[in-house]
Amino acid sequence: MTAASAFWSVTDTARRIAAGEISARAVTEAALARIAALDPALGAYLALDRDGALAAAAAVDAQRAANAPLGALAGVPVALKDNLVTRGVATTAGSKILDGWIPPYDAHVVERLRAAGAVVLGKVNCDEFGMGSSTENSAFKPTRNPWDLGRVPGGSSGGSSAAVAAGLCHASLGTDTGGSIRQPAAFCGVVGLKPTYGRVSRWGVVAFASSLDQVGPLARTVGDAALVLQHIAGFDPRDATSLDAPVPDFTAALTGDVAGLRVGLPAEYFEAMDDDVRAALARTAEALVERGAEIVDLSLPHTKLALPAYYLVAPAEASSNLARFDGVRYGKRVEAADLVDMYARTRGAGFGPEVKRRIMLGTYALRSGYYDAFYKKAQQVRTLIKRDFDRAFHYCDVVLTPTAPTAAFAFGAKASPVDMYLGDVFTLSCNLAGLPGLSVPCGLTAGGLPIGAQLLGKPLDEATVLRAGQVIEAAVGLGERRPTAIAGMGDVA
Amino acid sequence: MAALTRKEVEEIAQLARLHLEPDELSRMETELGAILGHFEALAAVDTANVPAMTHAVPMDLRLRPDTPAPSLPPDEALAAAPRRAGDLIVVPASIPSNAGSGTPA
Amino acid sequence: MLETWEPVIGLEVHVQLATRSKIFSPSAIEFGAPPNSLTDPLVLGLPGTLPMFNQGALALALKLGVATSSQIRARSRFARKHYFYPDLPKGYQISQYDEPLCENGHIDVIVGATVKRIKLQRIHLEEDAGKSSHVGQTSHVDLNRAGVPLVEVVTAPEITSAGEAGEFLRSLHRLVRWLQISEADMEKGQLRCDANVSVRRRGEDRLGTRTELKNINSFRFVENAIEHEIARQIRVIEGGGKITRETRLWDAERGQSAAMRSKEDADDYRYFPDPDLPPLVVDGQMMAAILRGLPELPSARFERYQRVHGLSADDARTLINERALADYFDAAVAAHPRATGGKLIANWVLGELLGALHRSGGEVAASPMPPAALSALVALIEDGTISGKIGKDVFEESFTSGEPPAAIVERRGLKQISDPVVLGEIIDRIVAGNPKQAEAFRGGKDGLFGFFVGQVMKDTQGRANPQITSDLLHKRLGR
Repeated sequence: MTAASAFWSVTDTARRIAAGEISARAVTEAALARIAALDPALGAYLALDRDGALAAAAAVDAQRAANAPLGALAGVPVALKDNLVTRGVATTAGSKILDGWIPPYDAHVVERLRAAGAVVLGKVNCDEFGMGSSTENSAFKPTRNPWDLGRVPGGSSGGSSAAVAAGLCHASLGTDTGGSIRQPAAFCGVVGLKPTYGRVSRWGVVAFASSLDQVGPLARTVGDAALVLQHIAGFDPRDATSLDAPVPDFTAALTGDVAGLRVGLPAEYFEAMDDDVRAALARTAEALVERGAEIVDLSLPHTKLALPAYYLVAPAEASSNLARFDGVRYGKRVEAADLVDMYARTRGAGFGPEVKRRIMLGTYALRSGYYDAFYKKAQQVRTLIKRDFDRAFHYCDVVLTPTAPTAAFAFGAKASPVDMYLGDVFTLSCNLAGLPGLSVPCGLTAGGLPIGAQLLGKPLDEATVLRAGQVIEAAVGLGERRPTAIAGMGDVA
Repeated sequence: MAALTRKEVEEIAQLARLHLEPDELSRMETELGAILGHFEALAAVDTANVPAMTHAVPMDLRLRPDTPAPSLPPDEALAAAPRRAGDLIVVPASIPSNAGSGTPA
Repeated sequence: MLETWEPVIGLEVHVQLATRSKIFSPSAIEFGAPPNSLTDPLVLGLPGTLPMFNQGALALALKLGVATSSQIRARSRFARKHYFYPDLPKGYQISQYDEPLCENGHIDVIVGATVKRIKLQRIHLEEDAGKSSHVGQTSHVDLNRAGVPLVEVVTAPEITSAGEAGEFLRSLHRLVRWLQISEADMEKGQLRCDANVSVRRRGEDRLGTRTELKNINSFRFVENAIEHEIARQIRVIEGGGKITRETRLWDAERGQSAAMRSKEDADDYRYFPDPDLPPLVVDGQMMAAILRGLPELPSARFERYQRVHGLSADDARTLINERALADYFDAAVAAHPRATGGKLIANWVLGELLGALHRSGGEVAASPMPPAALSALVALIEDGTISGKIGKDVFEESFTSGEPPAAIVERRGLKQISDPVVLGEIIDRIVAGNPKQAEAFRGGKDGLFGFFVGQVMKDTQGRANPQITSDLLHKRLGR
């Protein structure tokens, strides 16, 4: 068996299975074989659901044999970030405190993917509860960047980005609270989309910061990301923040035409970054102009406040959302004679350092007497940031920025939490303002590492972001270039 | 928004029910202090008359009809409970809750 | 003591709303179900679950808001109140904080014959916690109650005695039952009361340090516990001591309260607006529907019964104690041919009807004798068709068999005899048949008058009109 199918696009895979060129079982087995060969080096997967995946593939094949209609993702192997709840399959959110927990229900997005015929291979690694930018904060293991095993895959959806880049799944779902889909997508040379807040239901997403969290696709092409988004987007009454808005045909929106599109370049996003990143973004803007787009220089004056606002709002909400991990109803408990002690020891042993830091920070910010100066102030600053974008979108249709100031960094490169947080500077505003954001590869550094361009759109205008993203992909994307560090590995099994 | 004292760090850890070892407490003191320093930029912003953005997209609360759905069977509900006595969850004894409706019967 | 000291009392009352499902999830509500049998992923606080707000809870809370003349916020907000406790699955309670649904209402409390208005600071929606029971060195947790919808009713600190606090609670209890907002069964924990108590010297403006009394879950406990706490505080202050701000648990068996062990950290609930729940919007349409469905309130009926029907305050209070009884009374009055029947109908409702219901163990609403029948019976007595005494027999029979009073009177020939000619003949016969007694009566033996009345009644099976019988006897016997 060859792993020829490993890098097929989602659309292509589904088409071939529907046409009977290959069985869903063969595609799934190929993916499982490739995981067996490569994942020991990469560490993308936390849990494989081999039986479930083969059963789902067999069901697709049986449907096809019976000439029953197939879902748009029928037989396409996907991987889920481990903070997405899966019925009967362990879900840890990268935390020891949930080690061994088997949920009794499926997240909305998991139901939707299964309904479209996707084959869930398993759960992929992430920073604990989505808190981090390198996946180094996973309680279980590091995940390595398939372009350079000495570097991080980004985070927090680093398992997703690594698995997609390395061909260990055809697409993956991640979550993005402050850049957790877009930044790892940029680091691993794949496409990552954070939809508009409320576009995708959060039912079954282990909450990090409820007012910022969104689920979105990581895929190898913009087309694949559009197709996966199509099948997870839409109203869900179980999430009170889910938007009851029409879902356009995202694939049909990929016209390849950017003539007349107004692309905003905010000055504040081009101040500090690596030269390679700056050069790649310049080429990207140029390519858009060559295809008829119009560049609009603009200012988003409150940009520098996004970092402090984010690092108040997100930890405050996290400290609240993580209060339920108390060792009473599920998860790991450290027994003690006294209840208060049981709580403190359970949580002390169950949470890793970054999660503890954010719980502490959030608890501090919500204390009585501090609320106005911290949490409320940060929420007011969010309004200012949102207003910046509202104004900007009078003059442009999308905003183009780098996804991250650098390409993937080496393990342990960020010496302090603040150093790590500073790397998120370009991705945070999107979440604070609730906008859709896409990261699309736009070239390689001199050292051969992927660089991501970020496109931010108007609320609910994923279609335009995807359309512009696909033009960037075609003009300056990575084409058929595959991650170098795993070249040759697993090609034949 | 000055740096945190060791005592404050201990109080917050207590409030968050987070046991921290002495070295963790020291590290927390330094790191949280450094992070708080970055928040000073916020204090300087004039936010008078700026509404707080509680929700990224403005919307009203939807209402669910008052229709009951089947519950989880107790065995499934308690499947992950670390300690049980029959269909009850067992925890170490505690002083009674001090909050409104949380008073034990 | 109370000449120098003025008690200041505020109550916080939690009322369980009578919905079928929980406030933020469709898990069912049922009292006494097996432990942990009424849960779902949200009630258990499982990761990934999100709250979905129950329309029924809003409708009931609005009803209470409108009935208490509260200001209803067009946009109110849910907030998270954080504390760690095993019966609080998420580590926070979804409640309302600085933007509650209802503010500045009032409840009219019946004190004696009058109505006193007690101000309400707020009424807000929140979810209940589960139950912990302490078993030796451990606690056992049952989450069936977790997520049951509550309203918390908070009074202004302007209740001035334990008795008034008791009456407030009775009025609230009556009101929520009246409006079918809650069954409010205190034994089932459907109505729970905490009291904030302080004392100050009369004439002083500043409030004294208050203590919070918990676990006072019966009308009697509320009064006893507050009475006791007022006395304790005065004793402490007069003894040169200071009141500590603390929570005290009432021990009903020992009739005393004790300070709860203070927790290791001060309460800091870290409230913030719940990001999972957008603002709760109440529009004009909702309000109109609530107003349309709102019945006359008990305090209004209490006054009407006295004003329109001339009832005593006691009778009026008894009637409004239960909505079904007051409705029965109103229906009987409405069925009565004259507007003046209220007083007599009230006597029959409070006397015969309640007595019969008590003996049969039945509910007013299911009374075998409908209001119109009782009304008809009263009319038969008023127009002299039957005597009051016969009326009681007819009532008993009608209550037991369900046969209409008029039919019973007709069938059994119970119509009162008021014709002086007919009665005169009977009296003549009886006087003639008892010459000795007639002689003795005429000789001054007054007691024998009753003998003659009894004979007439015996002869007529009680149907003789008592007044006419008496008049005719006097005439015939000559004195």
